[in-house]
Amino acid sequence: MELVSQIGCGVTNGLAYVGSLANLTGRAAWYTFVAPFRGKPLRLTRAFSQAMECGVLALPILSLITFFFGLILALQSAYELRKFGAIDLVATAVAVSMTRELGPLITAIVVIGRSGSAFAAEIGTMKVTEEIDALETMAISPVSFLVAPKFIAMVVMLPCLTIWANTMGILGGGVFGVLQADFTIGRYVRTSIDALILRDIITGLVKSMMFGATITAVGCLEGLNTGAGAEEVGKSTTRAVVMSIFMVVLVDLVFTMLFFFLEG
Amino acid sequence: MAIRELEMDRDNSDSEAMVSLRDLRVSYGDREILHGISFDVKRGETMVILGGSGSGKSTLLRTLVGLERPSAGEIWLRGKNLATISDDEMDEIRKHIGMSFQGSALFGSMTVGDNVALPLREHTKLEDSTIEIMLRLKLEQVGLAGFEYYMPSQLSGGMMKRAAVARALAMDPEILFFDEPSAGLDPIIAAGIDQLILEMKKAFRMTIIVVTHELASAFLIADRMVLIDKGNVVAIGTTEEMRDSNQPRVRQFLDRVAEPEVSRELDYLQMLTEDRRPAKMPGGKGRA
Repeated sequence: MELVSQIGCGVTNGLAYVGSLANLTGRAAWYTFVAPFRGKPLRLTRAFSQAMECGVLALPILSLITFFFGLILALQSAYELRKFGAIDLVATAVAVSMTRELGPLITAIVVIGRSGSAFAAEIGTMKVTEEIDALETMAISPVSFLVAPKFIAMVVMLPCLTIWANTMGILGGGVFGVLQADFTIGRYVRTSIDALILRDIITGLVKSMMFGATITAVGCLEGLNTGAGAEEVGKSTTRAVVMSIFMVVLVDLVFTMLFFFLEG
Repeated sequence: MAIRELEMDRDNSDSEAMVSLRDLRVSYGDREILHGISFDVKRGETMVILGGSGSGKSTLLRTLVGLERPSAGEIWLRGKNLATISDDEMDEIRKHIGMSFQGSALFGSMTVGDNVALPLREHTKLEDSTIEIMLRLKLEQVGLAGFEYYMPSQLSGGMMKRAAVARALAMDPEILFFDEPSAGLDPIIAAGIDQLILEMKKAFRMTIIVVTHELASAFLIADRMVLIDKGNVVAIGTTEEMRDSNQPRVRQFLDRVAEPEVSRELDYLQMLTEDRRPAKMPGGKGRA
């Protein structure tokens, strides 16, 4: 009986958490898409600065990781495909896997490590030092001032980073193709492009936009829920990373199922 | 005049009440922190809210600026009852009040000038050049002329407090709230902040509400004082009335007499775990 009660409690808490995320995302979306038409400011300068921080500055590490991942994917695919004499299909396997699934997912995980944790730490520190209270007493909504610019930056930058990650992954696979599968780099790229259909790319980009919104919501919510003291900021940051990864995988599952049934 | 205990302050009816509290109750979950607070703050007066740690004075201040919602009772400010108004109405009222936080709460990622200019940029349509002039004026008023390009981390504790006051003054508020203005400052810097409060009172005839437990500072700046203990108003009156009070709790607080029961370990533990336990605030913040 106690087990049932604990499961029930866990499910209720989980639903409440998802509800809080949806509420925060809804408010950020309101300040982004509706409030500017009601005379409230759209903080594009802050959003641009956030986009530089979470997008442009993530390019070097994301490039390296996805390039290596493309290479790993090619090696793993070739391990099976060469048994059937179909090593030429490596280009197709890498391109489709990266574009539909791994590109958006790896990008999201890199961004969680760089930006999701930073959002929680920044907002958590502001909570501890009463800066969030100061914003409220100045009649400035913390969601409008802090969350909405991050939301805009992430929803715009995640798809951009994902396109870049896909390209770097395909190039990583191309290194294997050229060295081990008698491809020229031109033919490898052409084969990859031919293997992709627009729907693959759009599927990945839609997922990456949702990941952007999810990472922002979790990072900011954990920051806003920070308790008193420096130790709490550390805990919020850890929770933000763990919960972001979990929520991104959950969102990924939901959208993959959705696309599977829509495409089917 | 004898001090009035646990009763509403209704004398001097010719003076307009700027803030009126009527049977104000605030709870965090099941735990009630303020148990029916009632008093008025008149236009242009400096009211000091005194109380020990865990007395509920900070909760009272947070409720007055709309950071906490009352569970019952009324707070009348600018003709509106803060207990029942919408968030948008609360934001309108907040444009007419200023708040200086205990830890200054300056935005670390902005210069001092941008901190002061923020409310002006958010709530007015003034040109940048006008805002620049205004922020310099505000910084000059608090003795920080020329510091607009400094980052908060480059300022001393006293200067940060002054910058926070300049930011609170940015919108020319009708009421200024201070949370522990002298906390964490050495006596000389703390005296400087007291002087600043007195200057603002003299120059702008501003209504000022200060939460503190620093007695010297309180007696220097206050017109009237209210002593809060365990979420109740124990006494309210002018500085002279407070100083002459024979009320035991007032005397204990003003004469800095330790709680007698703390000499026994069991009583001390009981005190900590029952009435004096810091309230658990939303987000895990333990303070009252």
